[in-house]
Amino acid sequence: MDAETSGTLPVASEQNIVATRQLVRMLCQQLKFSLVDQTKMITAASELSRNTLVHGGGGRMRWEFLEQNGKRGLQLHFEDEGPGIKDMSLALTDGWTSGGGMGLGLPGSKRLVHDFVVDSEPGRGTRVSITRWK
Amino acid sequence: MERIPILRMGSVLLVTIQVDMQDQTAMALQEDLADKIAKTGANGVLIDISALEIVDSFVGRMLASISGIARILSATTVVVGMQPAVAITLVELGLSLEGVRTALNVERGVQLLQRARRETAVGR
Repeated sequence: MDAETSGTLPVASEQNIVATRQLVRMLCQQLKFSLVDQTKMITAASELSRNTLVHGGGGRMRWEFLEQNGKRGLQLHFEDEGPGIKDMSLALTDGWTSGGGMGLGLPGSKRLVHDFVVDSEPGRGTRVSITRWK
Repeated sequence: MERIPILRMGSVLLVTIQVDMQDQTAMALQEDLADKIAKTGANGVLIDISALEIVDSFVGRMLASISGIARILSATTVVVGMQPAVAITLVELGLSLEGVRTALNVERGVQLLQRARRETAVGR
């Protein structure tokens, strides 16, 4: 079995979004996530990698397996060096969109995972980290 | 870019989505379907998503706008075969697919379309 416990994938094109979904599916299966857990994590990854591409101008997804108190989990970091988020509370509001989308990316993915952290400053890019435990 | 085939069965167009779609592919499907409805005069569209392992907000929005476009072109759209895990995830994500008719499988989708057609006929 593959012994890798972390890695990075570019998020610079639409094909990359498809690739992140496929990688996250494989990682969830390695951790033996249930089908529903797997579906939630892949959907969150799809939303966030699209954000990285569309709003952040591209970046990367880093992933790592976590182990805490005998529990295993998958953590994903979506990072870009784009314009950053000006108003965080607005960005986390259901239905608010900076343009085009439905405004579900951030608040929606937050509901699909156990831990959700956004780190962003205008002009310095954005990092969204999500974790789902088995 | 891949294009998703659209089959015609009488007055119904059938679309089976079997690939993990790129955003562009989803956009192209929307346009292809609008064209096909206008050309064939179809009054029903069945979209089978039973092979889709996830539906994110982008694909959800695409399904909603296809339904809207088809309605304006006087066709009813039914999305069939959504996997339970996908339905659970969609609702948690915050997408209720309002305005999109759904059915458990193709057979029930066809029944729904037949009923919709009869209702339209009576209304005329």
